[in-house]
Amino acid sequence: MRVLRILLEKEFRQVFRNPAILRMIFMMPAVQLLIMPLAADYEVKNINLCVVDFDHSSYSQKLVNKISATKYFRLVDYTDSYDKALRYVENDEADLVLQIPASFEKQLVKEDKTTLFMALNAINGVKANLGGAYLQRIIADFNQEVRMEWIQAPRVNPQPTVSISSLNWFNPLMNYQIFMVPGILVILVTMVGSFLSALNIVKEKEIGTIEQINVTPIRKYQFVLGKLIPFWVLGLMILTIGLLISWAAYGIVPVGSVLTIYVFAAVYLLAVLGLGLLVSTLANTQQQAMLLSFFLMMIFILLGGLYTSIDSMPEWAQTFTKFNPVSYFIEVMRMVVLKGSKLYDIRSHLLTVFLFAVVLNGFAVWNYRKRS
Amino acid sequence: MRQFLFFIQKEFYHLLRDPRTMIILFGMPLMQILIFGFALTNEVKNSRIAILDNSKDETTQAIIQQINASRYFDVVTELNGYPDLEPAFQAGKIKMAIVFPAQFQQSLLHTNTAPIQLIADATDPNVANTLTNYATAILTDYQRRLPGNVGVPFSINTEIRMLYNPQQKGSYNFVPGVMAMVLMLVCAMMTSISIVREKEMGTMEIILVSPIVPIRVVIAKMVPYFLLSSINIGSILLLSVFVLDVPIQGNLVLLVSECLLFTITVLALGLLISSVADSQQIAMLISLMGLFLPTIMLSGFMFPVENMPVPLQVISNIVPAKWFYYIVKNIMIKGLPFEYVWKETLVLVGMTVLFMVVSIRKFKTRLE
Repeated sequence: MRVLRILLEKEFRQVFRNPAILRMIFMMPAVQLLIMPLAADYEVKNINLCVVDFDHSSYSQKLVNKISATKYFRLVDYTDSYDKALRYVENDEADLVLQIPASFEKQLVKEDKTTLFMALNAINGVKANLGGAYLQRIIADFNQEVRMEWIQAPRVNPQPTVSISSLNWFNPLMNYQIFMVPGILVILVTMVGSFLSALNIVKEKEIGTIEQINVTPIRKYQFVLGKLIPFWVLGLMILTIGLLISWAAYGIVPVGSVLTIYVFAAVYLLAVLGLGLLVSTLANTQQQAMLLSFFLMMIFILLGGLYTSIDSMPEWAQTFTKFNPVSYFIEVMRMVVLKGSKLYDIRSHLLTVFLFAVVLNGFAVWNYRKRS
Repeated sequence: MRQFLFFIQKEFYHLLRDPRTMIILFGMPLMQILIFGFALTNEVKNSRIAILDNSKDETTQAIIQQINASRYFDVVTELNGYPDLEPAFQAGKIKMAIVFPAQFQQSLLHTNTAPIQLIADATDPNVANTLTNYATAILTDYQRRLPGNVGVPFSINTEIRMLYNPQQKGSYNFVPGVMAMVLMLVCAMMTSISIVREKEMGTMEIILVSPIVPIRVVIAKMVPYFLLSSINIGSILLLSVFVLDVPIQGNLVLLVSECLLFTITVLALGLLISSVADSQQIAMLISLMGLFLPTIMLSGFMFPVENMPVPLQVISNIVPAKWFYYIVKNIMIKGLPFEYVWKETLVLVGMTVLFMVVSIRKFKTRLE
């Protein structure tokens, strides 16, 4: 026990004597939490629309006015040349082209039916899909208005209608930041924890101080614990700072209990640090350790469900995410912060991450050799 | 000239004698392309939903069947009452719930109107929005085919054409972005670290006292990474064409030369970093925080630039990857000729010249 205490004292001194690293540990999460959620906005708005009107009738005018009055669309140009509209799309100035055929009004009134053409820039599939859906909804609305002008509305609805009402639970204002901030916080805690622990033992190898430790009676597990605990404390501190920032800057207060978050984070950090230590025992130079942990983190983070939903991934990738500690923490964070899930709801997540921690740390201790 | 060739040889030895790094440098782009191409889609499909059917009649059964048949939804549970709703969401089992009121069929037949409630888990607003839209489309489609609804007067139809990406594959969007990311990482990060390492180890001093011109030393350092990146460009393009089915619509020569131009830009950037940084850790941190994250966040391939606040939009202009992403997207996916990208190319050339000039000015031939 005394050995461990002295080792811890050494590690903490080392951390606090390096102001550059310390600054990075605390500044980086703060700055990123303040900037990243601003950039990471997937919400589809400001869709640039170009209207090609071959009709120039009062109805086509009305339709265009109705569309440009909504907050989703920004009218780039109102023209009568399809080629010109396509040029806008090619230059990325327009996302959507709405073409109104020459006899739009006449067909609608005389033949009871007409067709509009829509061309979407589908390189970004989501934007194209949602933009198209919004526009179709507006057109359907317009259609209903036109119908009302011509047909006296009867008292009982003449056509069978399913009226759809939709509710958005847990985030009624559809605020994207509430969704992104907890996830980004997870990434930051993970990055700092894994990079620092990965670089740590390697640095001792590179400067040769590991030799000195190897000739002392310090046991392997004591050495690894001595490396683990300081970063575990730092990780929890970063989490605290992050939660404070998300409260101060974005007004996000977890619906569930903060204690649940800490319990999970405490176990999760053990797993992440274990991964870092494992990388550290595998690599010989800092450059290798950095590249290796960068490589692993990139895969874990991209497949962690922060940016894209795990449900839409193919089967093999979903199987992989079962072995990805990052995805568990992101899910738990969102469940607790947004939905108020309780410890009981996340019990299986907790158990899985605990198993990761045991396996990874066990492997790191086993892989660390006192002999070179 | 012979001297210069020897230096290039030396750099190749450096690179080739570290097989672990080599594996990662070649493996990373391949993994990224495969992950982005296959695993990451913004598309929403197979979403788990629950049904709360208070009516349980033929109409609701028919609607549920249609919803379950679409590839977007996967009905996983039938709930028994309103109290079941919240726990199901909280346990993360479902993304959306569809609620039918009691006597759904009756009211549809007699009053011609019947309500349906869609409750979405809006923790992810985008998914919630998309799911609501898909469900609405299916319901509207069902409604249109009801007996009383055929041949309604004054109807407007819409025909939709998806330009450039008719199957709406996510990889069309991601491939250009991954290229920018990989080149950034391989060229900028690796060159900057390898120059700083010579400083850290003290071998830089030996080189500086030799008769070779310092700038040649630096250029010799860039050559192996340039070749490495050319191989990576080739493998990324091959993978995206043959594995991901993302065709190259435009001129291949133009595309490759734009890629090589960007490679030189980032190499110059790596040079600039190395003239500023003193230790490997600092060089890594600058490349990671200053290059990698802005490339992901601000180049526009992950998050649309036009949604960002104005200050960030302005800052995004100094990110080289943003211009490169635009160029590749236009040439590769849209198949546009050089006239459409000459301005962006000029910006990249300008940046390259600027980085070169600044870093040569700052390059120290003397050690402090």
